[in-house]
Amino acid sequence: MTVSAAAETPTVDVGAARAKVLQRRRRRSSFHAYLFLAPWFLGLILIVGGPMIASLALSFTRYDLLSPPVFVGLDNYIAIFTADPKFVKSVSATTLYTILAVPGILIISLLLALFLNRGMRGTGVYRTLFYIPYLLGGSVAISILWLQVWGQHGMFNQVLSWFGVTGQSWIGSPNTALYTVAILAIWTFGSTMVIFLAGLRQIPQTYYEAAEIDGAGKWQQFWAITFPNLTPIIFFNGLLTLVNALQSFTPAYVISGGTGSPASSLLLYTVYLYQQGFVNFSMGYASAMGWILVLALAVVAGLLFWSSKYWVFYGEDA
Amino acid sequence: MTTPQPGMGQTVEVGVAETKPSRLLPRRASKSRAVQAIARHAVTIAIVIIMLYPVIWMVDNSFKPNAFVGRTLLPLQGPFTLKNYISGLTPRASLNIGVSFLNSFIIGVLSVIGNLFACSLVGYAFGRLEFAGKRILFTILIGMLLLPYQVTIVPQYILFHQLGWLNTYLPLVVPKYLATDAFFVYLMVQFVRGLPRDLDEAARIDGCGDFGVFWRIILPLLSPAIATTATFTFIHAWNDFLGPRLYISDMNKYTVSQALVQFIDSTGQSSVGGLFAMATLSVIPLIGFFLATQRWLTEGIATTGFK
Repeated sequence: MTVSAAAETPTVDVGAARAKVLQRRRRRSSFHAYLFLAPWFLGLILIVGGPMIASLALSFTRYDLLSPPVFVGLDNYIAIFTADPKFVKSVSATTLYTILAVPGILIISLLLALFLNRGMRGTGVYRTLFYIPYLLGGSVAISILWLQVWGQHGMFNQVLSWFGVTGQSWIGSPNTALYTVAILAIWTFGSTMVIFLAGLRQIPQTYYEAAEIDGAGKWQQFWAITFPNLTPIIFFNGLLTLVNALQSFTPAYVISGGTGSPASSLLLYTVYLYQQGFVNFSMGYASAMGWILVLALAVVAGLLFWSSKYWVFYGEDA
Repeated sequence: MTTPQPGMGQTVEVGVAETKPSRLLPRRASKSRAVQAIARHAVTIAIVIIMLYPVIWMVDNSFKPNAFVGRTLLPLQGPFTLKNYISGLTPRASLNIGVSFLNSFIIGVLSVIGNLFACSLVGYAFGRLEFAGKRILFTILIGMLLLPYQVTIVPQYILFHQLGWLNTYLPLVVPKYLATDAFFVYLMVQFVRGLPRDLDEAARIDGCGDFGVFWRIILPLLSPAIATTATFTFIHAWNDFLGPRLYISDMNKYTVSQALVQFIDSTGQSSVGGLFAMATLSVIPLIGFFLATQRWLTEGIATTGFK
């Protein structure tokens, strides 16, 4: 009896101390958490939220930074949608770019991840090498390189000449320039591939063993096991790739010398917004463009989230 | 690019088990497996070479006299010269590329410090602490992750203009200290969530408060997330062109990206060799930083993203 009582006392003490600590913690913790969050709150108000509201307000004005803003109602929006051929060009260029780049990145990175996911030796080295284009892709250096690769006497045409084909300047022709920039985006697939590789490793091997015993072929295994288990990652990668594609600036700007040429084929949305805001100093107009993009993205992202109910598979195990 | 791209954080996971558990079913003869493995390596190496060939081609051509640049597809042909590097780095009246490297480096380091400071604090709060309004604030954080910068760029410019910050590095660096890179905040949150709670409970019993737990327990365990954030913050800062293009007009303060664009404008197609040489130099820090930190990036803790 005495022994068990003696043994119990410290346990109770620790439990009480723990409860006390937790209680004190609960009381203080909201305040402390806000202290930790302070930088983020400041950023949210000063750098993100405030400017977003300001941008909405500015979108109803004409403002050139020098004279005070003039309220013009919906004029900017009306002009954008009814009287701006360049806006139409930039939307169609951005749409085509996104339609090429996003599925291109997803498909190529998924295929290569499947190919590499065989427990090969040296996978780590390959992964690093595949990652390099992602590190470099956003740089001005690679845009400079791309001009030389896809030019009239560029690297690509030298390859073609081996086959007796004389190529045009792919980057100088309005019909093909955007494709070269989309290829640049797809070239940076490595980061997406690394995420797919990690996802593939998390699919339990037992699933495949069971399927093999049941006589499922490789193709059936892919569609019944691999693909459903990867859908959350495909969704996540797809969303972020889409957002990034819409924000692409450097390659189109540098390759076109800031103009979106040839024939506005490289006038991506961001490049055009930059021109309106910081070349023409039509800041109200550029703000309206910014908001149109946010609303369009919200609609697309909303549709993606809604559709995810039907095709994204969240397994029972976390 | 000013916003993070997908995948950067996910490098963290790559160290997870390389080999798969052996199968239950009998394997085919080991000879055909060896052939298969060789074929697989051959295909992979071929893809890597094709993928990286433009970069190899650029580096190779940067060592050729201008008359020979871009003439051949295969490397190591034609005369060798360092002239492109020497003339490119020689300061001229309008442009000093060497100084632009230093400028980019300063911006990169200041950005890294800012993101590490702000994102780890905020990541700890979201990942560990309980507070009123957590749910809605986290939703806002996810919203920031998807928010295109185009919607804030104009008022931000006006703000920094009115603060008198044009032609300083403040517009490029200060936002990092305010946790505006939502991706890295998100990365830290996910990482902190994945850390075992036993240690911080133990530390609390021993008398650590929220700050003590953060400083003594969480921060030391965060190193893979810290390495990832540092690496990609640096790479994005180094590659960023729009930010400097907007805020820096004094040529002495140009970043590498701006200096390269200026170099195109001033020499044009007449000195592709020089362009290639400077472009090659400009990507060395990117690869160097990545390789230097890769050990920690691949340290094998599954965090982020998709779960």
